Amino acid sequence: MDSRERIARRCAGLLNDGEVINLGIGIPSLVAKYLPKDIDVWLQVENGAIGTAGVVEKNDPLWDKDLTDASGNHIRLKTGGATMDITDAFVVIRGNHLDVTVLGAFQVDEKGNLCNWAVPGQIIVGMGGAMDLAIGAKKVIVAAEHCINGIPKIKKKCDLPLTGEGIVDYIVTELCMIEVTPDGLVLRELSSETTLEEVLEKTEANLIIPEQIGILEDNCIMS
Amino acid sequence: MGKNKVISVETAMSYIQDGCSVMIPGFVGTGAPDTLMRAMIRSGKRHLEVISNNAGTERVGIGELIHEGMVDLIHCCHIGRNPEAVKLAVEGSLKVDFNPMGTLAERIRCGGAGLGGVLVKTGLGTMVEEGKQIIEVNGESWLLETPLHADIALIHAWKADRFGNLQFRHTANNFNEVMATAADIVLVEAEVIVSVGDIVPDDVVIPGFMVTGVIQRDVDFMHL
Repeated sequence: MDSRERIARRCAGLLNDGEVINLGIGIPSLVAKYLPKDIDVWLQVENGAIGTAGVVEKNDPLWDKDLTDASGNHIRLKTGGATMDITDAFVVIRGNHLDVTVLGAFQVDEKGNLCNWAVPGQIIVGMGGAMDLAIGAKKVIVAAEHCINGIPKIKKKCDLPLTGEGIVDYIVTELCMIEVTPDGLVLRELSSETTLEEVLEKTEANLIIPEQIGILEDNCIMS
Repeated sequence: MGKNKVISVETAMSYIQDGCSVMIPGFVGTGAPDTLMRAMIRSGKRHLEVISNNAGTERVGIGELIHEGMVDLIHCCHIGRNPEAVKLAVEGSLKVDFNPMGTLAERIRCGGAGLGGVLVKTGLGTMVEEGKQIIEVNGESWLLETPLHADIALIHAWKADRFGNLQFRHTANNFNEVMATAADIVLVEAEVIVSVGDIVPDDVVIPGFMVTGVIQRDVDFMHL
C-alpha cells in the first residue's frame, strides 16, 4: 500500500466505538475509506452535518443538492444522521463534543504545536475550521507524510504560523506512530518498511524511544 | 397576515449602496444567494465589504464579485479555492481579514443577538490573537472577539412565505440563519415562495418581521 493509504489505515485503527470524528482535507479525508466495520462511528462535517456516509455522484438517486460536505462534495447521511446550521456545527467542534479530529500538518513539534494553515510568502489561504478543531476535539491526530521535499515535518520547534499550541495527541506518518506526552514525543510504533535509524534521521525533534516499539502495520485497518 | 415582502430584483438592488457591508452565506456554493449576487454584479456596486465563509471559486459566486473588482475587503475563513483571490490578497488589492470559522459564526451571532463580544480559546497562541484583548476568567485566558454586523445580508432560503418567514434545508443553511439576524437589510432569494401559514410555526427559522424583501431564486446553479 502507498504511504498515504498506510497513514490513513493506521489512523482508522486509532478510532473507537461510538466516537464522533471530524476528518480534515487531504490525507485525513482518506480515513473515511477505512473505518473499522466492527465499530459505530459518526463523521461530523463543519458545514453542519453528523453521520456523513460517503460521496454520491450526480446520477445517484440519493444525490441531494442541499447535502454537501466541507469540500463541496455531495454526500449521503447514514440512518440517524442530523443536519444543523454553522453555529451548531461549531458548538459540536468548539464545545468539546467531538471525540477525534484527524488533521494534516506542515509542521508539528516536541510540544505538540501544530502548523497547517500558512506558509508566509507561499501559501496564505486561511485557517478555515482548523483552529477550532485543534482546540475543540478531545483527541487530535496528525496524519502526514514524514517529510516534505526531504525536509522533516516533525520539528524541535515549529517556525510557521501556528494553528494551535500543544494540542496534538498522536502523529501518524508512513514511517511511524508517535504519542505526544507531557515528557515529549514517544515513538510507539515503527512501520515494517523502515528502521529506527531512518526515522531518527528524518525527524528533527527529539524522540523518546521506549523499550517496546510496536509495528505500525499491526494496527492498520486492512479491510 | 403581515406585510407582503415579495419585491422585484430592482427594488432589492436599490437597498445596496457602493461601500456598504454585505453578508453572503454559502459553503462551497451550497446555500449561496446566487440570484442576488448576479443582480449585484449587473448593477455594478463597488467598494463592498464582504463577510462570508470563503471567496467562492475563480469567477464563480463571490469569486465573480472579486473578479469584477467590486470587493475592497473580505472578512472570511478560507480563500484557497479561488486562486485569483489568493493572488489579489498577496498583491494587496484585496484586503482579507481571516477568521477561524467558528469565531466568524459567533461574531455574526453576537452582531445579531445584541452581544458585545465572545470569549473563545480558538486562536490563542496564534497570529489570530494579535491586536486583540485577552481576558482572564476564573484563572483561564480567553481571547475576546468582537461582533460583526452588516448593512445588508443576502440570504438563500428553501422556502419563504409572503410575510418573509424562512425555512432552510440541510447543509444549505450553513451561514444563512445567523446572517439573517445580523444585518439592517435582509434580502432573501427563496426556491419556493408559499402562502403565509404554509410553513408551520415549528419550521420557521427566521420570522418574517426580520426580513426586508423576498425574491424568487432564479438560478439553475451547478455549484462546484
